[in-house]
Amino acid sequence: MLNRKFIPLTITCCLFFLLFGIGSVQFEGFGSTQVFFNLFSDNAFLIIAAVGMTFVILSGGIDLSVGAVIALTGVVCSVLISRYQLHPLIVFPIVLIGGTIFGAIMGAIIHYYKMQPFIVTLAGMFFARGLASVISEESIPIEHEFYNQVSAFGFEVLGGAWIGSSTIICLVVLVIAIITAHYTRFGGRVYAIGGDANSAALMGIPLAQTTIRIYAISAFLASLAGIVYSFYTFSGYSLAAVGVELDAIAAVVIGGTLLTGGYGYMFGTLMGVLIMGVVQTYISFDGTLSSWWTKIVIGLLLFCFIALQQLLIKTTPR
Amino acid sequence: MSQVVLQLQNIHKKFPGVHALKGVNFTLRAGEIHALLGENGAGKSTLIKVMTGVYQRDDGDILLNNQAIFPNNTGDAQALGISTVYQEVNLLPNLTVAQNIYLGREPRRFGLINWTKVNQDAAQLLKGYDLDIDVTQPLSSYSIAVQQLIAIARGVDMSAKVLILDEPTASLDADEVQTLFRIMRDLKARGIGIVFVTHFLDQVYAVTDRITILRSAQLVGEFETATLSRAELIGHMLGKELAALGEHKPQAHATSGDALLSVQAISRQATLSPTDIAVSKGEVVGLAGLLGSGRTELCRLIFGVDKKHSGNVTFHGQPVNFSSPRDAIIAGMGLCPEDRKHDGILGQLSIRENIILARQVKQGWWKFISRKEQEEIANNFVKELSVATSDIEKPIEQLSGGNQQKVILARWLAANPSLLILDEPTRGIDIGAHAEIIRLIRKLCDQGLALIVASSELEELVAFSNKVVVLRDRQKVTELTGDEINPQRIMQAIAAH
Repeated sequence: MLNRKFIPLTITCCLFFLLFGIGSVQFEGFGSTQVFFNLFSDNAFLIIAAVGMTFVILSGGIDLSVGAVIALTGVVCSVLISRYQLHPLIVFPIVLIGGTIFGAIMGAIIHYYKMQPFIVTLAGMFFARGLASVISEESIPIEHEFYNQVSAFGFEVLGGAWIGSSTIICLVVLVIAIITAHYTRFGGRVYAIGGDANSAALMGIPLAQTTIRIYAISAFLASLAGIVYSFYTFSGYSLAAVGVELDAIAAVVIGGTLLTGGYGYMFGTLMGVLIMGVVQTYISFDGTLSSWWTKIVIGLLLFCFIALQQLLIKTTPR
Repeated sequence: MSQVVLQLQNIHKKFPGVHALKGVNFTLRAGEIHALLGENGAGKSTLIKVMTGVYQRDDGDILLNNQAIFPNNTGDAQALGISTVYQEVNLLPNLTVAQNIYLGREPRRFGLINWTKVNQDAAQLLKGYDLDIDVTQPLSSYSIAVQQLIAIARGVDMSAKVLILDEPTASLDADEVQTLFRIMRDLKARGIGIVFVTHFLDQVYAVTDRITILRSAQLVGEFETATLSRAELIGHMLGKELAALGEHKPQAHATSGDALLSVQAISRQATLSPTDIAVSKGEVVGLAGLLGSGRTELCRLIFGVDKKHSGNVTFHGQPVNFSSPRDAIIAGMGLCPEDRKHDGILGQLSIRENIILARQVKQGWWKFISRKEQEEIANNFVKELSVATSDIEKPIEQLSGGNQQKVILARWLAANPSLLILDEPTRGIDIGAHAEIIRLIRKLCDQGLALIVASSELEELVAFSNKVVVLRDRQKVTELTGDEINPQRIMQAIAAH
């Protein structure tokens, strides 16, 4: 029999293939490997951000600062590269380390001042978005040979599909995240805190260290998502990526992770993003529907998944 | 005598307003099961939390194998070899059984967790506890009894020298208790020192070697289980050596004899067997019994906090059926609950606001009590009950326990009740305030108020009760009146077996 804990993930996977199948039957060219891999390359930054969000939600928290950190990262990158003529390979470590410290500070505030993650990361969101706007209200283009090389980099796979650098980055991040979540002690602690922080503490789990690391990881991945995002846009803009944190949360929940923490899988988050991507692709293939239909479909899916989760919780045998 | 593993010397622990441990000693030897006993508030749980690093001691020494230790958290204590299993099983329901057992110390290969080994080891380990279960299932799919054994297995496997079982049997049935005892004896044979906290005296005699008794934050003493009689044990717990209690004439006073409250066969499943109790105007009825005897439960049923499953209540000659405390308040009752901090005070609110509460409920929320009237009421009671405070606008949580209790009493008196139920009114408050509260109880019943007072302080009950109802094992065993009310008789009734 199918293990109960795999039900949401299984449904997510089935749903993805169902949607993809419908699209393939309906539209010529939908069912190609290129369209499939485009789901990754188009949503690479979202996958990366959602992976970070998964750690946070698994631990029973939330991180609302993700979109703002993506924008801030883009702005800082573009300023340092275009105005100060620094090489991107020097800039990237700077923004990644900066982002990680930013997340660690939020984690520390959440733990030591016993504050709601919602409020702390909301403050972080305003701070990061505000800082980005103070640095520059205008969109700053990034012109650097390295960026051209990165966006040209890639290789062909079977079926003639092209796999670009952002797809490679997001897949590497995903693999590392899956291993971290399921095969390291840190991963176990994340689930433990999400299950019951009080019990976890009594079992000897270091709460402070784990909480700080979780938010540091989320902010690190948000910064990385910001870098990947700048590969698409070749610019940094303080109003970019508004609401990406909510897309990430939606992807995590559709992927089968419980918002209250403790249950879920990293792989599900990937499926959550892919489902959102496939809906978007369907709508663009159709051509007559407004792209805002994506939001409506995502809204309905979210609603169904939350209802499903409640059902599973209520019917859990005791 | 076997070797001492854990020794606590002269442990002090203070919280704001409470001196929770006053120089307590505790000695645990390897290969013994040692009961830690005491009524609520005696300091048992504080002592355990000090041992396990949840609290840090203010003074005193903890020696583990003759080495002073300073655990800062449960992780430290576990690493040192002190593991604890709680009544409500503090494991993680969302993780598998195997994950729970090895959380934080999973066997690794090349830096990654080796799940095959985790699961094999867990299954192997649990076989030693006669548990042949699927360790890859979430913990929540097993019963509390199984979860408890899993918690014990985890604790012991973490190289425990000391295993603390905090009320492990409270939610187990008889068979499960026997299984637990068998495991405890096994572990004892392996040289582990076990601290066993319980309030079931039968279990103490069934499984323990020694008993340490705490009372009012102090050590009463350490005893050999085999040589301590049940009556002596209860005497120690409730606070008087049998011999020392001679004639203690109850200060009975005349009552009008008019029935005020009459309760017939009130009961609630798994909480209280059918019990009768009658209270006349101006009478003080004492409720005696150990923790878990049904004292508090009876108070809660009468007041409508819990729903009764059977029984009739007549109040002021009218049959009543309270569906909530609000009904009881409006009918003219009041209840000072046992757990003052959680159920009594509203910590952030001022003394005035705390006092005014019950009267406001009685009048209905739409009938506003003017600020001036509120202040008048609060000031009157603060003066009358001599609450030690400079200002009635101070948050109540800043007062000492005794003064908080007076404010709670004032709250009810302000609502002008005809019956007041006090559940452990003197718990956790200092001697001075204690005496004042007793004086106050007497004064109130002289004024014609009827009271039901549940207490584990026998002297206290004797000092003011016209009648004492004794409860044991969730049922009424006897009712004492007149000359029968003396500590000895009460204790005999509690201990009778």
